[in-house]
Amino acid sequence: MNNDVVIKAENISKQYRLGEIGTGMLSHDLKRWWALARGKEDPFLKVGVENDRTRKANSEYAWALKDINFEIKRGDTLGIIGKNGAGKSTLLKLLSRVTGPTTGQIKIKGRIASLLEVGTGFNPELSGRDNIYMNGTILGMTKKEISRKFDEIVDFSGIEMYIDTPVKRYSSGMYVRLAFGVAAHLEPEILIVDEVLAVGDAEFQKKCLGKMGDVASHGRTVIFVSHNMQAVQSLCRSAMYLKSGRVMEVGPTDVVINNYLNREVKNCLVRKWEEEDDMPGNDKVRLSSAEIVLHNPEAGNIIDVNTPFDIRFEFYSSAEMVNMNLSLVLNTTAGVCVFNVTTQPTLIAKGWHTSVLSIPGKLLNDDVYTISLYFVKDTSAIEYVVHDLLTFEVIDEQRQGAWFGKWVGAVRPTTLPFSLK
Amino acid sequence: MVQHQTEHDNENWDIKISADSGYLDINLREIWRYRDLLMMFVKKDIVTVYKQTILGPIWFMLQPILTAIIYAFIFGQVARISTGNAPQILFYLGSFTIWNYFAETFKVTSKTFSENATVFGKVYFPRIILPLSKVISGIIKLLIQFLLFFIIWAYYLWVKEAISPNWHMVFFPVILALIAFMSLGFGIIITSLTTKYRDLNFLVAFGIQLLQFVTPVIFPISSIKNPSYHMWLWLNPLASLFEAFKYAFLGQGSGVFNYYWLGYSVIWTIVALVVGIVIFNRVEKKFIDTV
Repeated sequence: MNNDVVIKAENISKQYRLGEIGTGMLSHDLKRWWALARGKEDPFLKVGVENDRTRKANSEYAWALKDINFEIKRGDTLGIIGKNGAGKSTLLKLLSRVTGPTTGQIKIKGRIASLLEVGTGFNPELSGRDNIYMNGTILGMTKKEISRKFDEIVDFSGIEMYIDTPVKRYSSGMYVRLAFGVAAHLEPEILIVDEVLAVGDAEFQKKCLGKMGDVASHGRTVIFVSHNMQAVQSLCRSAMYLKSGRVMEVGPTDVVINNYLNREVKNCLVRKWEEEDDMPGNDKVRLSSAEIVLHNPEAGNIIDVNTPFDIRFEFYSSAEMVNMNLSLVLNTTAGVCVFNVTTQPTLIAKGWHTSVLSIPGKLLNDDVYTISLYFVKDTSAIEYVVHDLLTFEVIDEQRQGAWFGKWVGAVRPTTLPFSLK
Repeated sequence: MVQHQTEHDNENWDIKISADSGYLDINLREIWRYRDLLMMFVKKDIVTVYKQTILGPIWFMLQPILTAIIYAFIFGQVARISTGNAPQILFYLGSFTIWNYFAETFKVTSKTFSENATVFGKVYFPRIILPLSKVISGIIKLLIQFLLFFIIWAYYLWVKEAISPNWHMVFFPVILALIAFMSLGFGIIITSLTTKYRDLNFLVAFGIQLLQFVTPVIFPISSIKNPSYHMWLWLNPLASLFEAFKYAFLGQGSGVFNYYWLGYSVIWTIVALVVGIVIFNRVEKKFIDTV
């Protein structure tokens, strides 16, 4: 049924120019203008590279989005997922009409409101009361609608006492609560939400998610962009996976998220060296392989916070009977050292040796970790070090309850006995 | 297949976002829907200016009166520029207040895109609402300032009997409207042209100062002795408006009411506004990528 489609995107693309705006751009503008004036095609629409931020671009133009087609039905809740630079924000900007597409067309039915940030248009000099009206009208509400919801908004944000104080005197928490209070009481037919849920304390997040769930259950359409797979999973019925400006997949949330994780999680779980010269090491020790082995091989390569796994090493010792121990340092990619564990010092013979470290489930947090391995002689002299030997990402489990914020900490040892009577 | 295509396109879409836009498609219904936002912007402009000041809105009045006193001293006493038959303080107060409205509105609307990029980058509303709100808040400030003008004007009219206003005063709203739309038109032209290349901003900054001296703000055109210069001064589309205002409120000698030149100003206003809307519409969709 066509009538149910409330958003229809046809071949939309968005091109950005790289580099600074200056005289170089003026010459391109003149060329473009000259081509269009003669009735020719824009010469710069044919060029442009895929949006891969890690590589140096060899063109002056990049496509943030390329030939995107999709339809969203009334009452649908769609999560948009993808890595940084996949085009999520650009797509949101196009849908919320902040900028226009380079080619293609988006057609929308009904009133649309977008929350790309909370508190847009807040003026620090104005009182909370005035800012509720300011922010509300900017988001497309009429004064009458705001007046009708005013008490609810004040109640929701819990700042009744300060309602006539200029918001510049608010604490940052109060400010955000007020801003979100207004946003949460929008009642558009289509709501577009960026990752604004990352703000506020847990209790407040719960309120906001509840409110968004309400919006969705009232038959309105919600489009939600997030890095937070938990939030997407629990809020969205379907999901769209973007990669380098293209739609990879649209479908039921759990399927899409699963495929997304399988493809995008940058794990380096196995490293093996065949030739002796390639093996990291020196004339005493040489490492020939390092690998992460999941206890349950059916889980694929996805490690979540509950997954137990082994880290195995194989190395060759050229020296006869040395007193050796291995020392392993686990870091997050942000550089936080999580722990350092060592084997018992052991007298080892010349030849091949294996070492295994078992990591239980429910120990690590959701984060990306790297391993450094030290070969230590006589418990004091470092024989050889390999940094960033393996990299693996631990993803979050599907959480119970209504809180989906980032779980803090380098580890998440949920098995620690912690009781409440 | 073709049939199907047209059928499809006839569906009632409320919003169509595409790469190209029509020239004059200014969506009045949408602006009307956002009228509350317009009024909020106006309120913000008026209320926040003198927040945390002791004198508050009195500052609206102080600025023109102090300027008029200084002008009366410099241009009236030192330079001895004629103000026709009108008392200097009244002459300067009236024309400076109007000039100030034009200059301020033009300056602030000519920065619509660059100054509001953060808001425009986060939320959609018809962009024209912002410059429009500046025009309206400016008018409100001007009317507050004119209270002062009218008090002094009434004093000279009834107590001193020094001025001879006439029925042309009924054109006052028209003159104000022309100044408002002209500043809006030129302002949105400049802001549209400067989203990519900022060069024009420098011109605007000092150009507006120079413009004041070739506009009959501190002198009536008739005070220029050499009549061959008159034509050049009248060519400034603002000239006839200032002349007409002063003629109507202060009487003969302070200004001239010339229908032909007023018609000329009306044409300028319409052209500026139409051109302004056309290029503003073209720019507003994508300026956020280049501003």
